[in-house]
Amino acid sequence: MDIVAGVLSGSRLALSRGITYVENEYDEAVDIMRKLYPHTGNAYVIGITGPPGAGKSTLTDKLAKEYRKQGKLVGIVAVDPTSPYTGGAILGDRIRMMDLTMDEGVFIRSMATRGSLGGLSQKTADVVKLMDAFGMDIIIIETVGVGQSEVDIVKTADTTMVVMVPGLGDDIQAIKAGILEIGDLFTINKADRDGVDKLNIELEMMLELNPKGVDWRPPINRTIAEKGEGVVEVVNSIEAHAAYLRESGELAVRRKDRLKSELFTMVNDRIVRYIAKQVLEAEGFEETLVNLQNRVIDPYTVVNKIVSDVLK
Amino acid sequence: MANESLKAGFQAYTAKVEKSLEKFPERKNLESNRLYTPLDIEGFDYEKDLGFPGQYPFTRGVQPTMYRGRFWTMRMYAGFATAEESNKRYRYLLASGGSGLSCAFDLPTQIGYDSDHPMAEGEVGKVGVAIDSLADMEILFDGIPLDKVSTSMTINAPASVLLAMYIAVAEKQGVSPDKLAGTIQNDILKEYAARGTYIFPPKPSMRLITNIFEYCSKHVPSWNTISISGYHIREAGSTASQEIAFTIADGIAYVEAAIKAGMDVDDFAGRLSFFWNAHNNVLEEVAKFRASRRIWAKVMKERFNAKQAKSQMLRVHTQTAGSMLTAQQPDNNIVRVALQTAAAVMGGTQSLHTNSKDEALALPTEESVRIALRTQQIVAYESGLADTVDPLAGSYYVEALTNKIEAEAWEYIKKIDEIGGAPAAIEKGYIQKEIQESAYKWQMQVEKGERVIVGVNKFQIEEQAPKNLLRVDASVGELQKKKIADLKARRDNAKVEAALAALKTACADESVNLMPIILDAVRAYATEGEICGVMREVFGEYQASTTL
Amino acid sequence: MEKRIRVLVAKPGLDGHDRGAKVVARALRDAGFEVIYTGIRLTPEQIVAASVQEDVNVVALSLLSGAHNTLFPKVVEQLKEKGLNDILVIGGGVIPDADIPFLKEHGVAEVFTPGTPTTKIVDFIKENVK
Repeated sequence: MDIVAGVLSGSRLALSRGITYVENEYDEAVDIMRKLYPHTGNAYVIGITGPPGAGKSTLTDKLAKEYRKQGKLVGIVAVDPTSPYTGGAILGDRIRMMDLTMDEGVFIRSMATRGSLGGLSQKTADVVKLMDAFGMDIIIIETVGVGQSEVDIVKTADTTMVVMVPGLGDDIQAIKAGILEIGDLFTINKADRDGVDKLNIELEMMLELNPKGVDWRPPINRTIAEKGEGVVEVVNSIEAHAAYLRESGELAVRRKDRLKSELFTMVNDRIVRYIAKQVLEAEGFEETLVNLQNRVIDPYTVVNKIVSDVLK
Repeated sequence: MANESLKAGFQAYTAKVEKSLEKFPERKNLESNRLYTPLDIEGFDYEKDLGFPGQYPFTRGVQPTMYRGRFWTMRMYAGFATAEESNKRYRYLLASGGSGLSCAFDLPTQIGYDSDHPMAEGEVGKVGVAIDSLADMEILFDGIPLDKVSTSMTINAPASVLLAMYIAVAEKQGVSPDKLAGTIQNDILKEYAARGTYIFPPKPSMRLITNIFEYCSKHVPSWNTISISGYHIREAGSTASQEIAFTIADGIAYVEAAIKAGMDVDDFAGRLSFFWNAHNNVLEEVAKFRASRRIWAKVMKERFNAKQAKSQMLRVHTQTAGSMLTAQQPDNNIVRVALQTAAAVMGGTQSLHTNSKDEALALPTEESVRIALRTQQIVAYESGLADTVDPLAGSYYVEALTNKIEAEAWEYIKKIDEIGGAPAAIEKGYIQKEIQESAYKWQMQVEKGERVIVGVNKFQIEEQAPKNLLRVDASVGELQKKKIADLKARRDNAKVEAALAALKTACADESVNLMPIILDAVRAYATEGEICGVMREVFGEYQASTTL
Repeated sequence: MEKRIRVLVAKPGLDGHDRGAKVVARALRDAGFEVIYTGIRLTPEQIVAASVQEDVNVVALSLLSGAHNTLFPKVVEQLKEKGLNDILVIGGGVIPDADIPFLKEHGVAEVFTPGTPTTKIVDFIKENVK
């Protein structure tokens, strides 16, 4: 299958296979991405994160439907954690988007975090590029906001939305520290629950303390995603943020920053792999380990030697 | 002081057997203790904990005489293919000594689709009878006098439609609604949690249920308006205590909904009934039945201030556990069902369906249904288990187990209350997760051989493929489609449209009781799919948000 | 390389008995597979569309209502129409032995009936996914 030609001519199967190549780190993936790169840069990327049970998938489903009403093509990347014990994962976000499955204007892909060494955000960025080259206007990345790698994933987005839900109690305190700083907008979902006003005030206060920027104050929307209530307002907020980014020139700055960090990650990744190969597969490495263990040599000397060898 | 000597004796016994039992490591991790003594039921108070049969807290049974008065209703769940075929089976069952009917509907009927709906493809007549309109219902009960039998219908989301059809058939037979006896399952909460045949979201579903409560309290007073079901929760993999805990939590939600709708608790509580699973562990099951009656009595009396004894009684229909039947060596299932029957009877059930040996393979044949019914009759007439009320009362083990299950169930009920009641706990996926956890644990125990299922993971044999399985002809779907087309050509379509329009208006107004309006639509021969279609339009559809 | 076997677990038809599907989904996860769980009441069209997007290696169908002879072959047929010729389709549920040859003729690689240990399903997938 010619994946590049397929993706560019709208073959869903080619797109799907291309994502697999990226996910599985097949050698062909680099070549595919290289050829597709000139065709990217057209999609607007939205990152959605928040604690488990906040209703992110349902909200994603409703947002996608709203964009479909506008005639836009929508790609969705739903990321779920891999079990550290078994390496397996249950990817259950799609179940809340089954209505969209039959819509040819939507493509949903579930991804597991797998065990990659910081490579997940890179993979996600590549999956986004594939969807972008395929012709998607809007790409939504949805992920549970629990760890740093998830934060990295949504950082690849143009607009990041943090979804909260009333009644999580102390959990909010913990979540606040990590993901709240990355939100360009906030949505309180399940807003028919008790505690919605309290959460709203907490968020307001927090935004006062940590101003995001001079010109953009993250709006707080309320939704009941299950019933579709408040979804239009969220779309409007996203549009407003996009407009702000464009008009202020911030979008170009952000995208450039992102390219820089992506490039850095790619170089870093390549070097780490190279070094790992050089060091771990080098002759005498086993012996070095034994020597380290027996305190015959020290790790600091070993590191100096490796680095100077590599940089030669 | 007697206790001191008992304790000493127990310690001496334990020390002695501990050593000799080391030889049986595989029997070591059983959940029950190896021996029960009065020490296990310290503080046991006969009058408070058990009381007399027919008296609060009803631990010993809901009727004073239990099976000394009359046996439980032997109610065989049946229905497949067309109304004509099922009608034959019902007549056969009544002629064989069955004392009540129990209708199984096919999945399109249970989910409010007519047989000609695209979603119905391949499903028509498969797990039950296909009912599309009053015309089918008339055939289903042809020649069966509805004032003489009691009929149970396993129908939930569209329960009001099928009940309306039943009332309409009775009208045609000249039987007035107040003469009708029977049950509709009508338990939507467990559909969300375990069984999956929901249609509408929780709120309008609860409205339909309370509408039925109210309508029946006035017009069909002998009808059991709901059968709050633990059966399917257990089938989905729960434990015995989870089965009764989650179900009673559902029951609490229904009572609260009805009270909120303005009804007096004693006006409807007496018509609430329950549905338990009879599983393999005989004594645990007996304890479960007893514990559930005690919990419900306390809930109704203390939480809801129900005054009448009838409102405090947990009356229960039971079915033997389908999930415990094995496809391997299916004749062994006869023995399993016999033990499960013994459990249900010693547990004091009001009615019972016994599964047929071949149900892990297909729908039961007439012969296997007869064996299943005979099993009940043998337990009733020959075993002696039905000769005295609550025969296991006072057993150290059974009383201790009853206490334990009750305590575990209360824990869960408390937890669900904290979450905000059963509907909230289901929405959060809490109940589903607990059930799945138990199901997975069970499966792993079986796979590791920690739990023996005879013929499945031990004592296997090479087997021939079983013969004589009942198959539903694929032509049933075509036949039903034709019946619908004929009906639509022959009925007064203007009348149907008017009835459906009236229904649509009524659905939008929460203060209206939908039962009389659905009844009008049914009488006009609107199809089930048309009626549910209108409700789908106004109410929307429930989307499962299962988390694994 | 970070290849993982991806399995779509789905219930076509109308029955809501998802105990088996969920237990299998978990067991597959514990065996290191990525499981896309799509739930109950799906049409063959939905299952196939999801399989296209998820690029799964295996489609595992569970059905207890007796509609398997209608719905399983439909899934296989439509997967082929979409060009997904190398997906392994397996089935489970209350399926009489007599129907198994028919299902296999129609592209279902294996049928797992009640009482099957989940390890057997895991092994079958490992052996048969290319």
